Amino acid sequence: MSTLLPEGWELICGLEVHVELATKTKLFSGSPNRFGDEPNTNIDPVTLGLPGALPVLNEQAVELAMRIGLALNCTIQPCTFHRKNYFYPDMPKAYQISQYDQPLNIDGFLDLPSGVRIGVERAHLEEDTGKSTHIGGATGRIHGSEYSLIDFNRAGVPLVEIVSRPDIRSAEDARQYVAELRAILLAIGASDAKMEEGSMRCDANVSVHRVGTPFGTRCEIKNVNSIRALGRAIEYEARRQYDVIDSGGTIRQETRHWDDAEGRTHTLRTKEDADDYRYFLEPDLVPLVPSDEWISRVRANVPMLPAARRTRLADATGADVQGEAVSVIVERGQDDYVLSVGEVGGDVARGLVYVQQAFSEEPSTPRIPAKDIAALTLMERDSKVTSTQAKTVLADIVANGGGDPAAIAAAKGFEAIDTSEVEGFVDQAIAADPDAWAKFCNGEQKAMGALVGLVMKASKGKADGKVVTAILNSRRG
Amino acid sequence: MANIPATAAGIADAVQSKEVSATEVVEHHLNVIAQRDGDINAFNLVTSEHARAAALRIDNAIASGAAVGPLAGVPIAIKDNMCTRGIPTTCSSHILEGWKPPYDATVITTLGAAGAVMVGKTNLDEFAMGSSTENSAFGPTRNPLDTSRVPGGSSGGSAAAVAAGLAPVSLGSDTGGSIRQPAALCGVVGVKPTYGRVSRYGLVAFASSLDQIGPFATTVDDAALITEVIAGHDPKDSTSIPQPVPSLRAAAREGVQGMRIGRVTDLPEGAEPEVAARLNEAFAALESVGARIVDVTLPSLSYALTAYYLIAPAEASSNLARYDGVRYGMRTSAADTNAMYGATRAAGFGDEVKRRIMLGTYALSAGYYDAYYGKALKVRRLISDDFDRAYAQADVVLMPTSPMVAFPFGDKVDDPMSMYLCDIYTIPTNLAGHPAMSVPFGTGAHGLPVGVQVLAPALGEVAMFRVGGALEAAGAAR
Amino acid sequence: MTFPISAEDVAKVARLARLDIADSDITHFTEQLAKVMDHFRDVDALDLSAVQPMTQPYPLVNVLRADEEQPCLDRDEVLAAAPAAEDGRFRVPPIIGLVE
Ligand SMILES: [Mg+2]
Ligand SMILES: [Zn+2]
Repeated sequence: MSTLLPEGWELICGLEVHVELATKTKLFSGSPNRFGDEPNTNIDPVTLGLPGALPVLNEQAVELAMRIGLALNCTIQPCTFHRKNYFYPDMPKAYQISQYDQPLNIDGFLDLPSGVRIGVERAHLEEDTGKSTHIGGATGRIHGSEYSLIDFNRAGVPLVEIVSRPDIRSAEDARQYVAELRAILLAIGASDAKMEEGSMRCDANVSVHRVGTPFGTRCEIKNVNSIRALGRAIEYEARRQYDVIDSGGTIRQETRHWDDAEGRTHTLRTKEDADDYRYFLEPDLVPLVPSDEWISRVRANVPMLPAARRTRLADATGADVQGEAVSVIVERGQDDYVLSVGEVGGDVARGLVYVQQAFSEEPSTPRIPAKDIAALTLMERDSKVTSTQAKTVLADIVANGGGDPAAIAAAKGFEAIDTSEVEGFVDQAIAADPDAWAKFCNGEQKAMGALVGLVMKASKGKADGKVVTAILNSRRG
Repeated sequence: MANIPATAAGIADAVQSKEVSATEVVEHHLNVIAQRDGDINAFNLVTSEHARAAALRIDNAIASGAAVGPLAGVPIAIKDNMCTRGIPTTCSSHILEGWKPPYDATVITTLGAAGAVMVGKTNLDEFAMGSSTENSAFGPTRNPLDTSRVPGGSSGGSAAAVAAGLAPVSLGSDTGGSIRQPAALCGVVGVKPTYGRVSRYGLVAFASSLDQIGPFATTVDDAALITEVIAGHDPKDSTSIPQPVPSLRAAAREGVQGMRIGRVTDLPEGAEPEVAARLNEAFAALESVGARIVDVTLPSLSYALTAYYLIAPAEASSNLARYDGVRYGMRTSAADTNAMYGATRAAGFGDEVKRRIMLGTYALSAGYYDAYYGKALKVRRLISDDFDRAYAQADVVLMPTSPMVAFPFGDKVDDPMSMYLCDIYTIPTNLAGHPAMSVPFGTGAHGLPVGVQVLAPALGEVAMFRVGGALEAAGAAR
Repeated sequence: MTFPISAEDVAKVARLARLDIADSDITHFTEQLAKVMDHFRDVDALDLSAVQPMTQPYPLVNVLRADEEQPCLDRDEVLAAAPAAEDGRFRVPPIIGLVE
């Protein structure tokens, strides 16, 4: 990091990411796990914490949590559930069932695209709370509200809390960590991981220290609702802490709230008035002991992860593994499709470009036959169409759900013209605008556009722009 | 009116063979309740209309030749800490006064399917915390055998209802003796099955790792009948044991020939002399019908009470945190949510409940967990290990149910510790998770009933009922 | 005799448990709780270092349910039983001094 902290100072960050699992039902009961329904319609005795209700663990939630553990290179271990006791209106039983000293997944790591490895301390199962809406007062804020309304639809939704080690050293690392984690969660089908809907929520523990000295006191930042906000919040908080220390103050361990509109963090509460959670083993549940056989079965359901898919795609296409094309295609889940263009004999590198351009509106596997795309890549490679013409043909194929590119090119009157013919058009262009030619020879690169335009006009668009450029450059000498 | 059999088994037979109608049976019991419950106060609520409708359905089913369950037409009283859909369930606490659960406990569903007819919800010590049924928000239940005395607790209403003939059978819950001790004090049979035998789904939790539902009855056979019906695996309770339930009625008739009956040589003292004498007679009676008495030791038993009074309140402090005035039950209005919690809970809970919530909160709080709760869990292990060793030598263990016979009202309410001592012989079984039953066996001071307790290892209900049946037979022959 | 629990402890515990207890009652509760806690001295004399805590009466593991929807409760029935409700939701007084 450059200007954020002075030379010799370092930011230390660990992230706690909560993700809602993509199950049909809640963690401990059979009411639906569904976002956006009418308030208090997805409720049952367990969800509401009615007297006498008892929890029973959702097998699919365990499997998805195990998938997350495996994708993050964790050890899956026998585990237990504890009660975390605290009073809050959206917490129905006044305790959250969570995992404490024996979580399901421990000791993993996540490699960032940059190559930096971030340790994962644990990834444990727990239940979500309901949602409060604050009525009256200023802008629905908790402070100054007249009363609150509680919806328990979200209560009991299965969460996995993924706790990183404090291995993050920059806002950029934090952003990459969350982006990569999100890509993994989507790839393994564990969560829809939508930060804006709250199905993925991120708290950052931030401290600063002088390199070579012990870590500073950390503050936990909550209410970070996008990857962009995460980076801003971490940078703001690191600078705030440095400024406090620099002016002779000390950092209190506290929870702070990120206000995205103001671009700053506020104190929520200090550690002193934090609850004493009185954790104890949940007597209504029994231990979870995943067998090796069960773990293997889950492992077989974990698909190739984004990092491996990016490497595979970069290897096949020759593109930069950290480049935008590769990451975008993998994020959209279109990498298998690009590879299939190669498999049916196409030019896979051009396939990558075509797919990136043509299917941005469709973040899933395109339904166009890969052979049509493959055929077009070969036509362009063999100069049977120009790159401009190829784009037009591709748009036509996409619009019609497929088609023979040769036939489309023919119907549009696209045909290859050979270089000698292009030379003739270049002669005509120089003759028609000697002024432009003079400027171009003087090194005014802008003048080339006028000349190329003339060639295109004369050739009725059939000349390949790249060929024209090459001829003009060689003529200039 | 037709002659109504005294036992549940007798009623079920008579109803199925059309000797009496379920309606006649229910009307008879509603009548007895109307006559006697004013003195006893066994019921928080008599569900007359519900009972009449249920009886009519049974009668119609029988008239049309449809199959009915093994408890067809049997009236049953239900401790008011089991959820009954649309019917108030109060736990004898102001905090739940008027609350109608939107669902039935599994035992309620099971009993209904078996043809049983609920006649009412019975009184208890608030949230089942107590040994006298004096800690009820709706006034104490009186012992039908001497209304100046307590019926025991916490299931005092269910015990008194059966002892007074208000219902042939009832359900209670037993966390530290809350079925067996009132059974002993009221002179009826009370059974606490193995932890996990009977679903806890819909039983309002006191201490989740100790609570277990079981029956009261006037005979061991009836107790076996009800246990057979309510026991069995329930997928809604994660701690429910997925094991088939053996025939307990058959076991109760089987006799004790060749069985090894454990006598605890280091039993904590404190039983009244008459109680100790009845226990000795019980050993002799069992020996005379073919059992062998073996000496066993349970050296950690003297720590059981202490461990229990940390573990049970710790779990209770968490289980009772949900009564916060947000979703159901009572609310005392206040300026903010936090103030509402404090005011609601202070107004809604009685002193004993508050005492245990505070004790449990303290035992779990930061800095004290290891010193108190953690150690109590280790003592629990010691006790369980003691029992394992004893059951290597003996099939069952016999001890008193209660150290004393029914005591007068007010005797122990001001001294929690003396009240807690009522459970000294019943608590160890709950800590171990084992089954135990109390069988009436003669009388003690003031001619009041004495109960003998039969303890068995986990899932040892067959051995327990064999001995229970033999004790009942021996008691009748005395 | 030193009480194993002080009035300050009891007051703190009452706050933690959200039980408003009058100062005059704190003394009473402290005495009663102290008597109960005092019995723990017997246990303190035991060497429990090698003993595993017992948390479960019957050893079951991996009790799971299939991820299948079950019928929900009726919202109107549930809200009718609530101390206060509005707009399909449970209503509570303002949440002050509590933030999560
Ligand atoms: Mg956390
Ligand atoms: Zn969490």
